[in-house]
Amino acid sequence: MSEWWTYSLSDFLMFSSRSYYRLIESYNAAIWPAHLLALVAGLVVIGAIARPRQHLQRSAALVLAAAWGWVAWAYHLERYAEINTAAPYFAAAFAVQALLLCWRAYRPGNAAPTPQPLALGLSGLAIFAYPLLALARDNGTWGQAEVFGIVPDPTVVATLGVLLAWRAPAIFWLVPVLWCLVSGATLMELKIGHAWLLPALALTAVLARVMRSKKTRDFNSTANPRS
Amino acid sequence: MPPTSPSRRHLLASMIAASSGLALSPLLAAAPSAPLLTRPIPSSGEQLPVIGLGSWITFNVGRDPQGRRESVDVMRQFFAGGGRLVDSSPMYGSAQDVIGEAVQTLKPARLFAADKVWVSGGARGVAQVEASRKLWRVPRFDLLQVHNLLSWEEHLPILLAMKREGRLGYVGITTSEGRRHAEIEKIMASQPIDFVQISYNALDRDVEQRILPLARERKIGVIVNRPFRQGDLTQALAGKPLPGWAADIGCTTWAQALLKFIVSHPAVTCAIPATSSVAHVRENLLAGTGRMPDEALRKRIAQDVERLA
Repeated sequence: MSEWWTYSLSDFLMFSSRSYYRLIESYNAAIWPAHLLALVAGLVVIGAIARPRQHLQRSAALVLAAAWGWVAWAYHLERYAEINTAAPYFAAAFAVQALLLCWRAYRPGNAAPTPQPLALGLSGLAIFAYPLLALARDNGTWGQAEVFGIVPDPTVVATLGVLLAWRAPAIFWLVPVLWCLVSGATLMELKIGHAWLLPALALTAVLARVMRSKKTRDFNSTANPRS
Repeated sequence: MPPTSPSRRHLLASMIAASSGLALSPLLAAAPSAPLLTRPIPSSGEQLPVIGLGSWITFNVGRDPQGRRESVDVMRQFFAGGGRLVDSSPMYGSAQDVIGEAVQTLKPARLFAADKVWVSGGARGVAQVEASRKLWRVPRFDLLQVHNLLSWEEHLPILLAMKREGRLGYVGITTSEGRRHAEIEKIMASQPIDFVQISYNALDRDVEQRILPLARERKIGVIVNRPFRQGDLTQALAGKPLPGWAADIGCTTWAQALLKFIVSHPAVTCAIPATSSVAHVRENLLAGTGRMPDEALRKRIAQDVERLA
């Protein structure tokens, strides 16, 4: 389809901010009080970053896999697809990420030996602060709160924190980072004030990961110089 | 200037309409003394009100009951005010289904159903048109357009055959935001289409150079999308006082002035502003009534909008 190059970002925005947040509101109302369970799941994720033990890594991976799987089905396929024809593709990407996280639960890698403040900060922000963004928006209400494990954005940000703490390989980062770009662009087109937040958090996490890798490489080459 | 009586105003509107090829359609429910002006479709002479209704973004409300109720209310007001042409596309999410719900509820007597085909490949286009028709709950479309020229070489012969067989009223092509105008011109010059849909407003006036004159020459109707640049234009002008000329053409808002600028171009058949607000539908329909700007005033409107927006 050679015509794609003639489309701009705004051509793919199919809905208004009103429809978007009303969709979140009705979804929240339909599944309440699942949010309380999501909060408990979020605490498990934070606990795994704060206390890097292998059994906690496994629990966090399973919790995240469940969150990504739930968002793929309950949000993207069942709700978002009503107003966005691309939502089934998003659902597929989220399902792939859920499978990756399941695999990680059974093959835990090398987590950082000590708690990582930035990783904790990202996940904490996603779980505790993200729901408050609804109140910071014009005409935003509690009913439109974006909660970890329920909607994509806070789920992705919390995952970025965990991936950072895990020093996870690049394949784990692909879908979360792409989602940050897609969602950031959508919010930008909807003229939402915090549209910059998601891409900025993704950039921060990726930069931190790259710098940490470089530091590890430098340390290894100093400790094991070639003879 | 002394206040104009309804009869004088009606007479004046009729005179101006007659001089610009405009005619008068059924009376507005909201303003009984203000007839909605119509223009003939060049290829058939069928009269079409100069204000239509777009559905991009505004009617894509999913299953939200409140959003659906509001959309039906918008269409109720539109039809009650004499509006006919409603435009949609398979690209617009749930908009076609929302329109279908309104069609089923309101049973508009004079609906002009305009939709699009937006898929690669002719065979898939036929299936898409049928799926769209079911969503609209109409026996047939009045107008089908090839959306953004996607696979137009395959779709146009099929749509033209449907028209010959009486399964479709008119055939058209669309573009928006100034895309692929050279190709649009080529199709307008070579294919027997009835309509072309383009973006045109007081700031984006490229089409005045070649496409609008070509439409007149080839007797092709013109539907204008994004008259407010998707709301950016009315937002940029919000709070800026209307110049003195606005009162002369019966405009009380910038939106009305912007619409009058568009529909007063002699090549334009109708504009299709999209809205989810009943108040805005009323406001938009009023822009299709009363006195229209002449060429000199149109130039001035464009200059003022350029200066203020």
